[in-house]
Amino acid sequence: MASTIPKARIAFFDFTCCEGCQLAVADALQTHLDLLEAVEIVNFREVMSEKSDDYMIAFVEGSCTRMSDEARLKVIRENAQILVALGACAHIGGVNAIRTGLDIAGVRRYVYGEKAMFFETDSARPIDAVVPVDAYIPGCPIDLDEFVRTVKALLLGRIPILHDYPVCVECKMKENVCLYTIDKTCLGPITRAGCGAICPTFGVGCEGCRGLISNPNIRSLKEVFSENGFDEKTLMEKMKIFLSYQTMESES
Amino acid sequence: MAIQTTKDVKINVHHLTRVEGHGNIVVNVREGILEQCDLQIIEAPRFFEALLRHRPYEHASHIASRICGICAVSHATASLRACENALGVELSEQSVLLRKLNLYAEMLDSHILHMYMLVAPDLLGKGSVIPLAKTDPDVVLRALRMKKVAGDLCATISGRHTHPIAMVVGGFSHYPSEDELFRLGERLVIMREDLDDTVELFKGLSVPSFERETEYIALQKEGEYCIIEGMITSSDGGSWPIEAYQSVTNEYIVPHSTAKHARHQRESYMVGALARLKINYDELHPRAKTTAEILKISPKCINPYLITIAQLVETTHFTEKAIEVIGGLLEKGIVWEEPRPISKDRGEGVGACEAPRGTLYHHYVIGDGMIKEANCIIPTAQNLANIEADMRCLVPNIVDRTPDDITLALEMLIRAYDPCISCSTHMLEVRFV
Repeated sequence: MASTIPKARIAFFDFTCCEGCQLAVADALQTHLDLLEAVEIVNFREVMSEKSDDYMIAFVEGSCTRMSDEARLKVIRENAQILVALGACAHIGGVNAIRTGLDIAGVRRYVYGEKAMFFETDSARPIDAVVPVDAYIPGCPIDLDEFVRTVKALLLGRIPILHDYPVCVECKMKENVCLYTIDKTCLGPITRAGCGAICPTFGVGCEGCRGLISNPNIRSLKEVFSENGFDEKTLMEKMKIFLSYQTMESES
Repeated sequence: MAIQTTKDVKINVHHLTRVEGHGNIVVNVREGILEQCDLQIIEAPRFFEALLRHRPYEHASHIASRICGICAVSHATASLRACENALGVELSEQSVLLRKLNLYAEMLDSHILHMYMLVAPDLLGKGSVIPLAKTDPDVVLRALRMKKVAGDLCATISGRHTHPIAMVVGGFSHYPSEDELFRLGERLVIMREDLDDTVELFKGLSVPSFERETEYIALQKEGEYCIIEGMITSSDGGSWPIEAYQSVTNEYIVPHSTAKHARHQRESYMVGALARLKINYDELHPRAKTTAEILKISPKCINPYLITIAQLVETTHFTEKAIEVIGGLLEKGIVWEEPRPISKDRGEGVGACEAPRGTLYHHYVIGDGMIKEANCIIPTAQNLANIEADMRCLVPNIVDRTPDDITLALEMLIRAYDPCISCSTHMLEVRFV
């Protein structure tokens, strides 16, 4: 029997980012074609030409880096009942936030030389620095299963709760060898789980792309670094890749 | 020949769809004279060169892959090669093969996405892949099935396609099991059937006719359809070592684009699948040459709309090469190797590879373990001047058509180049003003 429940209208938008999380969404459809039965995608510029401003859930990928982004983001917030930050750039500024603390004028000059004034930019901010956000899908890129679970929860009227334990928990469950025992560094102890510890599983220390857990013990991690022969600068450099914005926030 | 007209045409496409990133098309014809014809790149500037500076070189490939979700493996590869060349690292034979295999998989993933999701809807008269999924589910399911093989191959080698994990300076931090590789080899063999159906689909579709000769540039190496390093080679004659890339790319800045433009011996040049096919045709796998013959594409073709068809020829080629490389790796057996050590802690190096959209260069100066200077030259940035030159040549020929038809012809032209705009901003919107 045909369902009489109207399909939820969902939309995707992108700001400053690599659009990899939207690709991940397209890839999620490879194994979850049934999702298309439950929702109607009304805006997804990367893969479709049709567009509409009538939507219930808006997924926003990318950081806010220009004054002009703010106005566009506010319109999306007004149109959507539920606003979801999609991926690390929208959630915590992503690699865009490496520029946090750098001299922005110098950054522009380094890339565009004396023509730098042509190109508008500002510091890179997560989207909740500009508008209220209802739900987050962390990660660089997002985890496909987490995206599907989030959509299902939202369709059932629930806001999904993020794991608030570190990547180490998932890494232990995978029975990985701790990378500190093989002379590598890892931000697993302070980073929010949910990725299945994919980077440590592939032999690379966690870089913190899912953001900090709510009570990160950074002092203790400094000790772990020290005990394993790594200096504090090494930790700070590693935390700059994805955690620049959150670090700045927690220090202010 | 250009059509004689005195009419006014204004076209202004804001946020061109079905391309990666943000661009506008702006065309203004007044009394039959083409006054403006821009592909405006309005993507937010990304500043990756500045973000790479003062970072430990070990972090560079993971930051660089974030330039682009579609060609993350290419950026990681060029970045790693720049570091390795700067620091005197020689890769093992196995690492060289696994790097190539990962890049083959990315080419397959990206080409399948572009051919089926971004271009095919235009050729089939659909707004996008979403209505196409309703009318022609078999076509969309086939595309998803093929794309999944490519994505799974990347994931087996380096953890995932978008933002590869296990590729590190000196080699790899993790290796696929022989069983995983064997099963992917089998799936690639089965994929030949879907590829044959893809060739059948595109053989039946007509691509707009438009010709403009330009300079074509790709990497070339004796005895292979080169995708990593080799010599920069031009269809106008001449080849240059990758370290001399700046004498070829000559980047310059235009006010309407956050992506830089490039020119070599002419006002513009083309990189990507068609340029590679023209420069390296002899090195294509026999099955890919058969595909080229069926699709009637040859090294003489100068129609930029055929870039998509060249991608299909390459899809056949890279499928066959992937099957070959997997076979070779399995014959020798996968050996767990530690990454090769650096031989010095400072130096300057250029890494180059063929990304799906064309030649990609990363150039770093490294000192005290840190990136001191960085320069990235992106395929789409190299193609921008050429796209605009095509647009200026095309518009007078189609100016008698309706604005909607002109817009569609221009959108299809730009989509054929498969521009990767978030990549190139250091790019797309059509505005007829």
